[in-house]
Amino acid sequence: MGDPGTKELLSLDELEATARLRTGRKHLLSVLVENKPGVLARVAGLFARRGFNIETLTVGPTDDEQFSRMTITVDGAMHPIDQVTKQLHKLVNVLKIRDLEPGFTIVRELAMFKVAAEGTSRSEVMQIGEIFRAKVVDVTKRSIVFEITGTADKIDAFERMVRPFGLIETMRTGEIAINRGRSET
Amino acid sequence: MRAVDALMECLKAEGVEVIFGLPGGANLPTYDALYDAGIRHVLVRHEAGGGHAAQGYAKATGKTGVCFATSGPGATNIVTPIMDAMMDSCPVVFVTGQVRTDLLGTDGFQETDVIGITMPAVKHSFMIQHPLELPRAIHEAFHIASTGRPGPVVIDIPTDLSRTEIPFDGPVTDLRLPGYQPTVEGNAKQIRQAANALASSLRPVLYVGGGAVNAGAYQEVRELAELGNFPVTCTLLGLGAFPGTHEQSLGMLGMHGTRTANYAMDEADLICAIGARFDDRITGKLDEFAPNAKFIHIDIDPAEISKNVPAHIPIVGDAKSIVANLVAEYRALDGVEASRLDDWWTRIHGWQAEYPLRYEDSEGTEIKPQRLVQALYEATGGDCVLSTDIGQHQMWAAQYFMFDSPRNWIQSGGLGTMGFGLPAAMGAKVGRPDDLVVCLSGDGSIQMNQQELATCATEGIDVKVVIMNNGYLGMVRQWQELFWDKRYSQVDMGVWPDFVKLAEAHGGTGLRLTDKTSLVEDLRTALATPGLVVVDVAVTREENVYPMIAPGQAARDMVG
Repeated sequence: MGDPGTKELLSLDELEATARLRTGRKHLLSVLVENKPGVLARVAGLFARRGFNIETLTVGPTDDEQFSRMTITVDGAMHPIDQVTKQLHKLVNVLKIRDLEPGFTIVRELAMFKVAAEGTSRSEVMQIGEIFRAKVVDVTKRSIVFEITGTADKIDAFERMVRPFGLIETMRTGEIAINRGRSET
Repeated sequence: MRAVDALMECLKAEGVEVIFGLPGGANLPTYDALYDAGIRHVLVRHEAGGGHAAQGYAKATGKTGVCFATSGPGATNIVTPIMDAMMDSCPVVFVTGQVRTDLLGTDGFQETDVIGITMPAVKHSFMIQHPLELPRAIHEAFHIASTGRPGPVVIDIPTDLSRTEIPFDGPVTDLRLPGYQPTVEGNAKQIRQAANALASSLRPVLYVGGGAVNAGAYQEVRELAELGNFPVTCTLLGLGAFPGTHEQSLGMLGMHGTRTANYAMDEADLICAIGARFDDRITGKLDEFAPNAKFIHIDIDPAEISKNVPAHIPIVGDAKSIVANLVAEYRALDGVEASRLDDWWTRIHGWQAEYPLRYEDSEGTEIKPQRLVQALYEATGGDCVLSTDIGQHQMWAAQYFMFDSPRNWIQSGGLGTMGFGLPAAMGAKVGRPDDLVVCLSGDGSIQMNQQELATCATEGIDVKVVIMNNGYLGMVRQWQELFWDKRYSQVDMGVWPDFVKLAEAHGGTGLRLTDKTSLVEDLRTALATPGLVVVDVAVTREENVYPMIAPGQAARDMVG
């Protein structure tokens, strides 16, 4: 790619970053941080200034009130995960980072879908909900709200199924994850 | 005692002997406490000067620099030094005043979210939210700034908190930083592997950067180099970490490095990076950088490992202890063939003979810029602290001034901040009052912080300023000449100001030199003149820095 100091013209293709040290898969980073003001801003700022895009981010308390847990999903096809984790480690308030192995991790996301459900389509939508083990948490004459948990893929699939009925609104939390077995995440 | 009085006690406990800064509304309490705290304060004329002075102090002494600034514009004025310190891993603690806590977020007078503005530019920062947090913040700030990979730390103190009476039973001495534990000891197995790799390499190069200076690893680097008879090249920030006049020194590498250093990197089979980070100004075209080499990468910052160039043998930790262990491991090896490097050295000596640094000297009395640097080297015997600004003069200084010892070369490398040189020299002189301190600047750069001449004059800080005056923003002009069809856009600086009168306006001595035949003698006289001296040296206007790896090119395609 041309150096910024030269007048060489760049094509749009060349602007696309070269793929280096990229894994090509989605990564789930479990990040233990100090529970202090400004920590989220530091993490978010680090991603922003290095051009890393966060797909999902959840933050919650841990069993120790001094620390919070962040679960971040990042696209490894877009970003060098190794650099992401190393840079995160440099933040003074970050204690531990785990790049969770897909095979050894239980991943869950919570989502709520408000679906149009009038007349005959109603029972059909309810049936789809049952198949996905989605719970009905609100009903009106014209709509149903489903609550569903699962992996992001399962929730995507559910969304594809109910969309044709008229999807009014979707809320998703982003994924959280925990290690299988005895070892800590 | 007031929180600010506790602040002073804490600073003294950290060994702070001088602060560079400028008071304002929001840090009035801090300056009131400073009034009889017994710490020297240098009143700068602009906060950026204060920040760079603290950097210069830190770089010249190895201690942590301290800079005070008020809220709002005071704080925004130090953003450049903060970023500069971040890029060059320079330990500086910045203490800013902030508006009262009840005004926070209300766009109060001189309010700036300094923590927010500086977040990407700091190693860490502390927003004080309760006066009792202050002693711990100070201790942890100094610890974070000076350990691991050093860097800037900002502490922001709202003015109401700083005036609060607090119980204070001495400075905090413990740390509560569970997320900050830099690795110091290098992995023993990796070090052994590195020793083996070095012992079996046929074309090795030691590539030494600013990290070796920060770690104080000079003795160790020299020992390793001499033990294995390895050629050594230094980065801009690494100059002086290995003696420039040593026969194993190849000089600086990179965009304006020597051909020998760059060719050696290009043909090396093993590159041992010590506290260097494979910056784009070093590698040129990354895909074609050192195509035959394996890499040993010694760095305190794990994030530097394999960032730009994949490390085959990464060793994370303090360069001083790692290289010391590496020396021991290397020494313990049996059957290392010293003669295996004979061909490599023959090749290197061939390049050195064929491609020495060179320029065409003028026929008459005109002073070539390269000649000025050589004359300065001759006049000082190389025995001085030299700061520079950014641009052509800086590159010529890096090429022609031989640094034999570390911390004598005060640079803004990563950020490349014009206006750095004078305040940095000022800070260096404060830290090392017995040494000759020279600022070599350009006519463009010097004007970016020339107000600090007044600080030098007022405080009696005896700095010698040498201006390489070509009337251009020279490096930009060079690029416009070489890569933009000579369309010189906004680079001609004209002839003002009169630097001789500028020196005199500050109670100093001003000289203008135009004759190369008496240059060394004239410089000697100038440097021996007591007090502030500004030497304005007229040099050839359109001279280019060579050799050069053109942007986006590989080292072997150097031009000039």
